[in-house]
This record gives sequence, structure tokens and C-alpha cells, in this order.
Amino acid sequence: MSLWSNYILAQSLEEAIGALGERPGQACPVAGGTDLLLELQQGHHAPVHTLVDVTRIPELAKLEVRGDHLFIGASVPVREITNSPLVLEHAMAVSEAAGLIGGPQVRNTATLGGNVAHALPAADGMIGLIALGAQVDIASAAGTRSEPMLKLFLGPGKSALQADREVLVGFRVPLRRPGQASAFSRVMRPQGVALPILNAAVWIEREGDTITGCRIAVGPSGPVPVRATAIEELVIGRELDEDLLDRMREAIPDAFRFRSSAQRAGADYRYQLCEVLLKEVIKTAWQRAEMVKVS
Amino acid sequence: MKKQAIEFSVNGKLVSLEEKPGEMLSDLLRYRLGLTGTKIGCNEAECGSCTVLIDGEPVLSCSYPAAKVRGSSVVTVEGLAAQYAGDAIPAGNGHATGNGHSVGNGHSVGNGHAAGVIPPDLSVAATHLHPLQDAFVKYGAVQCGFCIPGQLMTSYALLKRNPDPTDDEIKYALKDTLCRCAGYPTIIKAIHAAATAVRTGLPVEPPSDIPNSAIPHKAVGTIRSRMDGVAKVTGSARYTDDLTFDGMLHARVKRAMVPSAIVKSLDVGRARKLPGVIAVLTAEDIPGKHDHGVVYTDWPVLVGVGEKIRTVGDPVAIIAAESREVATEALGLIDVQFELLPVVSDPVQAARADAPAIHQGGNLLKHIKVRKGDMDAGFAQADVIVEHTFYTPMHDHAFLEPECSIARLTEEGRVEVYVGSQIPYEDRTQVADALGIPETQVRILGQLVGGGFGGKEDIAGQIHAALLAWVTKRPVKLLFDRNESLLVHPKRHATQIKIKAGAKKDGKLVAFETELYGDTGAYASLGDKVMTRATTHSSGPYEVPNVKADCYAMYTNNPPAGAFRGFGVVQSAFAVESAMDMLAEKLHMDPIVLRRINALREGSITNTGQLLSSSVGLLECIEKLESEMVRLSGPKPFEAKRVPGSPQLVTAWGIAAAYKNTGLGGGAPDKAAAEIELYADGTVEVRSSSAELGQGLPTVLQLIAAEELAISPDSVRVLLSDTDLTPDGGPTTASRQTYVTGNAVRQTTAAFREMMTDLLAGRHGAEKETVRWEDGRILVNGATITLAEAAAELTSAGKSLRLTTVYNAPETKPLGEGGDMHFGFSFAAQGVEVEVNTETGEVRVLRLVSATDVGAAINPLGLRGQIEGGAMMGVGHALSENFMVEEGRVVTDRLSRYRMAPITMTPEIIPIVVEHGVPTGPYGGKGVGEIVTIPTAPAVTNALYNAVGVRLDRIPVDQELVLKKIREQAKVPAAAR
Repeated sequence: MSLWSNYILAQSLEEAIGALGERPGQACPVAGGTDLLLELQQGHHAPVHTLVDVTRIPELAKLEVRGDHLFIGASVPVREITNSPLVLEHAMAVSEAAGLIGGPQVRNTATLGGNVAHALPAADGMIGLIALGAQVDIASAAGTRSEPMLKLFLGPGKSALQADREVLVGFRVPLRRPGQASAFSRVMRPQGVALPILNAAVWIEREGDTITGCRIAVGPSGPVPVRATAIEELVIGRELDEDLLDRMREAIPDAFRFRSSAQRAGADYRYQLCEVLLKEVIKTAWQRAEMVKVS
Repeated sequence: MKKQAIEFSVNGKLVSLEEKPGEMLSDLLRYRLGLTGTKIGCNEAECGSCTVLIDGEPVLSCSYPAAKVRGSSVVTVEGLAAQYAGDAIPAGNGHATGNGHSVGNGHSVGNGHAAGVIPPDLSVAATHLHPLQDAFVKYGAVQCGFCIPGQLMTSYALLKRNPDPTDDEIKYALKDTLCRCAGYPTIIKAIHAAATAVRTGLPVEPPSDIPNSAIPHKAVGTIRSRMDGVAKVTGSARYTDDLTFDGMLHARVKRAMVPSAIVKSLDVGRARKLPGVIAVLTAEDIPGKHDHGVVYTDWPVLVGVGEKIRTVGDPVAIIAAESREVATEALGLIDVQFELLPVVSDPVQAARADAPAIHQGGNLLKHIKVRKGDMDAGFAQADVIVEHTFYTPMHDHAFLEPECSIARLTEEGRVEVYVGSQIPYEDRTQVADALGIPETQVRILGQLVGGGFGGKEDIAGQIHAALLAWVTKRPVKLLFDRNESLLVHPKRHATQIKIKAGAKKDGKLVAFETELYGDTGAYASLGDKVMTRATTHSSGPYEVPNVKADCYAMYTNNPPAGAFRGFGVVQSAFAVESAMDMLAEKLHMDPIVLRRINALREGSITNTGQLLSSSVGLLECIEKLESEMVRLSGPKPFEAKRVPGSPQLVTAWGIAAAYKNTGLGGGAPDKAAAEIELYADGTVEVRSSSAELGQGLPTVLQLIAAEELAISPDSVRVLLSDTDLTPDGGPTTASRQTYVTGNAVRQTTAAFREMMTDLLAGRHGAEKETVRWEDGRILVNGATITLAEAAAELTSAGKSLRLTTVYNAPETKPLGEGGDMHFGFSFAAQGVEVEVNTETGEVRVLRLVSATDVGAAINPLGLRGQIEGGAMMGVGHALSENFMVEEGRVVTDRLSRYRMAPITMTPEIIPIVVEHGVPTGPYGGKGVGEIVTIPTAPAVTNALYNAVGVRLDRIPVDQELVLKKIREQAKVPAAAR
């Protein structure tokens, strides 16, 4: 039995949604396929009748400024996202995260759409997008809707996307204004599956020496990604100094619910790494927010 | 519904192929277009061997749907050379796509027939090489060659974007293009050299940092590119899965997937009825012996009803079908019922009296003992004693070429097996035994081996393919997928090693007591020999007057364990070298000094009672290592240093020493036969069945034959691994081929030279002592005779142009009898500088110095590859590799879970070659294949201790544990520690 029967290279959103509709429950969209195809090959995903490839749909391949936001098409290869001057300027954390997804060959086919649709609680690109406050555009036969990123996750590997009728179109990241910056970092272990033990992304806004806005995302910190709102609230109105870093560290145990996972990391270790990563990314973002001028 | 054709361009030519459901690009390229240069190493997007360029960017073709390539331009390794011609064209014209060649001009492209050769319009003749290809050959970056197409395509894409990359940029680009031979430093150098050549338009500069042997010879000891290098960089090199025969069937194996059980019933009826299935065989169908095995025949060819399953990979049925897809579907139709039995999951549990017996004779494969001196007296003299237990995990060889066998019957009814094997003659015996036919009816045709490291010594698919070919009378290919490879072939033994070591205040070791448990898994394989080596080496490369070692090699329900580079000594060295540093600390003594005091030297007596009379270069290795570390890091290399600007990072060096026997030893007759043939054109061919796994044996034999005949190596060809055409060279194991087959070729060639000298002296009226062989000519009584002329003289004199001799290595004694247990040992001392992140526990290896006594550097280019690759494998063992089994079930059943060291983990490697020749070796040469891997892991953990005071007694390094221990220490005042 083959892994799929039909492979459709959709040329438009209408064609893709139409193709999905023709085989209810037996079709699913695919972009780079770097997760889905492996799951099919290894028997972790039942064979599907129709794979609807969305990488040739012009709308999904766009990476451009639209009004007050940067639009990142769901099927733009993450290599392009890593190196894109627009992403580097407006969404540094996403560029940094994208540059760490898989390896060079995988980054040539992997997409942010797939990274998010796969709904793993520690996907690097996804964590970066959440910190940047991205919205996600989803198309279906009923039209296109826009949702906040966090609405997309139901559980580990479970997306709110209805894969048999919906297509993830792209992400909207608010354009960066003066005083805003972001950063991403992660810790891996050299053994076992190449997923981060912990990753962290931060977006901040500062006016002079005062933090006026902040978003923090850390993965995996539960079955679905969440923002560390308690810590975000803690830093707003403050200067990033040693005292604040101490308070952030003290707030970590209440802000996150890390779990132990077999062969990967104990919860204690994740709390310790969280201290290191949060400090690193917020310091980087703080410096970037001061240094970088928006052109 | 008729599918639309896939139209795209490959290497500049347009092709149009029917779309096949579920097909990946790699399969299309390999099996439908015959472009077998693109390799499939894992089929799970981990290893990078399948990398091709699509519209200029490297992608993994094993997980790229073929249908998606529609309208794109694909470049494979076969088209790389032409790309360089394209590169030379002015900018904007780089990619030669769509030049109007049409598809299907006489080829069976796209008609679904597997039996295709390379369509000549898609492959590019290797009339010239891309500078990357040239550099990979010249620098010795090509070893087994299997990963090389992926390395080249990834590197090519990098150079297109970045004509002058830094080391870090190369590492970033090649992060997921794995090389298990691990010649990463050389790959990096080759890419730099190629980049320079591309930028300047000048030829690739040869390597400048690889010295010839210090012992002068004409051919031996000089830099020589591999004979198969060009084939391996152009993609024309054929590994077994690259071969196709008309009418070939595809086999799959139904495996138990439970670790311990009785087969209650087995129904293959539904599988047999599936259209396209030609045969399904079970244990009842085996005409010959039902068990196989390299040393002990305890491994069932197929487990029958009522018989015992001992490990998850045990086979119960084999299928041959018209396609791999059908064979795979048939697997699911086989109904097998088990009565599950308790699982024995570790060797200590296996040794308990109440443990279930896995084999009839119980769970003890062998109790191995080493005794020397008087332990009570020894420990009574000790001023300090260290006692500790160490643990090492199973390791997988993870050679990038999965096992593949093709069997077929010849017109005369003989069985031919095409397989990349480490022991072709052993395969012949085992295949003949299972088929119940004489060995003369079986021919093993050894193919290129895409990495072995000890993991291709046992039977994998050879017997199953032969059985199916025997029954179906058709060629049968049995290719393991990566998952199957990880489940089935024998691993490195997991061990538990308890050490009690005593020394006097002056550092002199007085007693060494060890107790080893080795997990040999479900079947013996080479477990007896491996654990014997672990035991005899369990007091390290040191002279110790009182030694007691007891080893229990135990059967368990884990996958079998057998030969793996280092052969037991990797395990004992981790324990011994950790204990040596613990002793040094207790003695307040520099670890170098402690090792120097006790190092084996000429005149030493080993723990098995062997007097080492010569070729003991350990002290020189230790001294050279010390001066190199001091040169690199100042007089106190073991002192922890903080990294300026990054206070959380701490660095320090650590060291370890090792020795490893060359050859089988222990009383086993060790011999190799070699044949030489002089051709009418004056060239020669030397032949032996010994295997080339990437280590460079053909070059060794080529250089030796050239040296003995005083001819250019260009005039020497080497033929290996064919049981009809090459005499038995013995197993490629135990670092023995340079010595044993090297000696065989030297002896045969010298005898041939003598015979010719005699003949020519007689025919030309000269005293034979006056005949001289020089620069490819023979000088006889004033005449200058070329080898071609000499061949004619031989023929006219009615003499054979061929000669075979058998070389018998010096006799050895069995363990327990004293005397020479081995005819030679290699020695090494390695220093490793690590960097520890005290906030995260992460550990990196920054620099690695490997001083290795190899006797003589016969093939310096191949030697470099062995040293770098061996050390990198050691780095992987230290930091990343951990083959995990839980209750007999393999956790690390994909390459994504079993991680070998990638290029990003590669430190700066500084090789130091020490040449203390062994008098009986060829030009003094002894083994190098294993010694280089042995000291690395303990050097890493010793360095880690020196950096942050954390002693790990198990590998791989667990960064979480490192951080935990760092934090625990921080709670204890320094004075109290």
C-alpha cells in the first residue's frame, strides 16, 4: 500500500481547498512535509488518499510588508525566513528560531506553516511567532479568518486547524517600531531526537530605560504553548537590571509548569535552563531594543 | 484516472516519467533513472546521503515526493562535474536546464522496469571533475564513500552562495550531512581547497599538512589517493543496493518484535496469496543447518513454530515479491502468535541463579579470567586504593550503508551472493551450510562496503536472500531499512566494570582487580572474543605486578552484541582511564606522570604474561601528547580556565592512554593468502579476499606491492573480496589487515620477484645476486628489462604469471598459558580539551590531540582518515551515542534517536604519528583501525572532571547530571570537598 495515492500541486487556494473538499477525511495539506512525510513513512500516520501540496500557491509563498504588519506566507521555506532582511528587521526571534530548525537541507523545504500546524509544544519557529504576537490567517471554503497564534493549539501534536478542510495561509507579525526588539535561544542535548529541551523567545518594547511591553514564550511548558504573562507583567514599567533579573528568576516556578520527559530532561533541569535562557533572551532583546534603529 | 507525467530536468536533461503513488524522489532517481550516485542511508531525513540540488538548493531526496519535482531542475552527483563546466560559463548561465533533450530515446525510462542500467544521457562521463570532487579525493576526505555524494552536493550549494566559507560556515552548512568514517576535518580542508580552486581557476592544491612516513621508502609511506576515489566522487561507485538484475525479486523479513517468547503458531497463507508474492519461507523450508553464527552457531536462520524468540529482531518468515512494496504489504498478512516469556534485560540480572535461561546451556556465554601475581600481597603494598564501578552503553555502528544482499543462481546452478561483507569466506561457509550445499557451490562477490566498523562481520541478509533465490530461481535483493539495521546487527557490548586499583605513594601500580559484566545479547556473535579483549585490557596499557580480572559475558534478550571498533577495549579503557585519573588525584600526582611511571615499555610483562620485546611506543606517545598540550595551552593543561568574556564557560584538558592488539591472537591461527598476477602490459594485480570498509586497505596493498617490485603504484591494481577470484585473506577485524594481508602481499610479491630474478638471471647469464629491480625496470647483466618484457620472458619460459602464497602470522598463545598472546600492539595517548557551560551543563570538545603508535605509516593519507575518524567516533561515544533498550525493546530504533557525532561536534584534531615498528610487520606496520577510538571517551570525561570537578562513571555525558553535580558542589564549601 502506498503512502498516498494522489499528490496534487495546488496552484491556488481555491484549488487546494477544493481538492481537500473532494476527499473529506482522506486528504490533507502538505508543505515541506518534513514532519508529515516521515510520519507516513514510519507508519505513525495512516496513508492518506490525497496530499495537497500548498507550496506553489502564490499567496502562501509571499513574504512582504502589508500595511502595519509583516506577512510571512505559510509555505515560505524557513531558510528564506532565516535570511530575509524583512524578517531580520521586524521579527528577529523568528529568524533566529528558523535558522535552528532541522538542518540546512530540511530548512530548504520546511515551512513555518508546517512548524505551527504540527502543533508540537516546543517548535522553535512557533515559539518565536508567539513572542512576536503573530496572528495566523486560515483559509477554508467559508473564507479566510485571522486568529491569534495561541488559539491554534489543542494539545501536543493537536492543532485546532481542520486539516481536511482548512489551509494555513500565513502569519502576520506587527511591524517593529522604535524601541522594540526580540530574541530567541534554546538548549539542546546531543543525544536522542533533535528537539529542544527548552527554548525561549522574548519580545520587548522599551522607552529609554523602562520596559513598556513584553511577551515571553517558552517551550515545552505544557501540552500547548502559553505565554508567561506573570513574568511579562512583572517586567513592565521596570528597567532591566540585576534586581529585575532576580525577580524574574524567582517568578519562574509559578509561571511555568515544566514536566519531566523520559530520556530528554527532568522538570528540575528545565526550570534551571529556563533561568539561563530567559536571562539570555531578555538581555539580548533589551540591548537590541536600544541599539537598533528602525529604518 | 491516468496520472499526468512528471516532467523535470535532471543534470540538464529533460525527463518525463509516469507518476507513481507514494514515490519519493530518491527512489525515482535510483530505481527508475539508474542514477544510483544518490544514496539512501536512513530514509528518515537524518543522514543527508540522499542530498540533491533542486533548483540550486540542497534537499533530502528521501523525503521529497517525486511528484513535487515537476517543473524543477535537479542536479545529482552524476551531474556535478558538468556543473563546473557550467560554472565556468559567464554568470547567469550556470544551470544547464532544458537543452532540448527529449525523454525515452531508447531507454526504459518510466516503464516501471527495475532492470535498468544508467541511461547514458543522464550520467555524465567522468572526463573531468569538479574541484570539490578533485579535492575530496586528493585530501583523503573519501573513505567508505557512501556519504560522499551528499557531502559534495551540500558543499557545492554552499560554495555557490559563499565562495570563501569559514570553518564555522562549512560546519553550519554540513550539519546534517553525516559521515560515519567521520573524516570531518579533512572534509573541511578539502572544501577550502576546492573553494580556492573555484575562485582562482587554478588546480586544487594537494594537502600540505600530512607528512610521509619518517621511515623512508619509495612507495610505502607516501601520500597516495585511493584507487576508488574518483568513482566514489562521481557517483559511479556501486554498492550492493545500486545493483539490479533482470527479473530481480525484493525480499523482506518478518521479525518477531517481541524480545522473549515461544512461537505458538505461524500462518503465512494470506501472505502467499497476495498478488506479486513469489515465495514465503519459514524455518521448515531451510534445507541445511538451522542455526548460523561466526564463532558459535547459536543464531537461528528462522525461528520455527515451538521454537524460542530471544530478541526482537529474530526472523520468523522471509518473503520474496515482485516489488518491495508488495513484499512489505505481505509482511502485514503474516499471522504469528507468541507465548510471551519473561525478559532478561541486563547481564547482571542474567547471571542471577533465578534468571530464566535464554539458551539451553544457561545465560553464561563465557567466564573469562586473567591472573597475575598475588592480589593480597599487591593490595597490602598499596598506599592508595581506588574502587569504583563504571558503565558503558550499547553502541551501534551506524554505518551509513544499510545491509544489503543480492543472491542469484548462475546458469550452472551455483549461488552467487553480492554483499558488502567484512568476511566473505565466512559468509560462503554460512550460506552453504544453511542451503546444505558444498562451499564450492557458493560464490561471495564482495561489493563496496559503505562503512562496517565490525558491524558487517555477521550474517545479515546473506542467507535469507540465498534461500529465496534458491527456491524462486530468481535474483533476490534483501535490503535492510535503517530501523531493521538498528534492530538486527550486533552492537557494542554494554558493560558494567568494577575496578579496584592500588598504587604506592610513588605512583607505581601494585594491584588491579576488575570484575566485568558484558551484555552479549541474544546470540554469541563474537561476544566471547570481544569480552576476552575487554578483560585482558582491563588493567590498561600499564605494567601491573598483581592482576585479577573476571569477566562474565552474559546472554540477555537484548539485540546481540559483537564486534565493534575497539572490540571490548573501548569499554575497559573507559573504566581504567577514569580510575587512573582518580588514582592520580588521590596521589596528588599529575595524570601524565602517573601514566608515564606505569606505561608499558620494552621489557614489560603484560597482565597475560607476555614479554613486550619491541614496538612499544606508548612513552613516546605520552611525551609527545604532553608537549603538544603545553604548546597549545601552557604548562598546566589540566587546570580549569574560565573563558574570557563568558564566565559561565570553563575549559580544561584531560588525557587517556590505550593499547590494542593487532590480529586475532589468543592461539587462533592467523593467516592470509594473497595472489599476484603479472600482466603482459607490465602491470600487476594483487588479490586477497580481505575487505575494504573505507579504511584504505587497497592503497596499503598497492603501496606494498609497488615497493617490493620497485614499480610505480600506478602499475598496481588490487582486487578484493571475491571468493572465486581472490584467496582467503581472513576476517577484516582486530586491526589485522595491514599486518596480516599486508605481510601476505609483501611475501607473495617478494616470492614472485625472486622467482623472476632467478629466471631472468638464468636466461641472461647473470648471477642472481647482481639482478637489480629499479624504477619499474629489471637490470640484468647490462640489459634493462621492463615488466612487460619480463612477462613475455616468463610466458615463453612456460612459467605462470601468477603466484599465491599463504602468510602465517607468528603463533600466539591462548589466554592463561602466558607467553605471546598477541604478535603486536598499537598504542595511543589522547588529550582532549573540553568546554563546560556551568549554567547548562553542556559539554563541547574544543581540541583533541591524538598521539598514536602505528608501527609504520604505510598509507599516510588513509592513516589520517583513521585517526580523525576514530577520534570522532570516540567523541560521539563520549557525548552523543547511546543505544537504548528497555525490557528487550529497542528505543533507539531510528537514526533520529541514535545520534552519531555530526560535523558541528568536530574539534580541532591534531594527529601525531609515532612509528615504533614491529619487526614482523610489513615495514614495521601494525594496526590502527581501533586504537584511535579507544582513549577518547575517558579523555573527555577526565577533562570534564578537571574543568568542573564532576566525575562521570558512565557515558555518554549527561549534561543534566553534569549541571546537577555542579550545583550540588556549589552548596558544599570548597574546603569541605
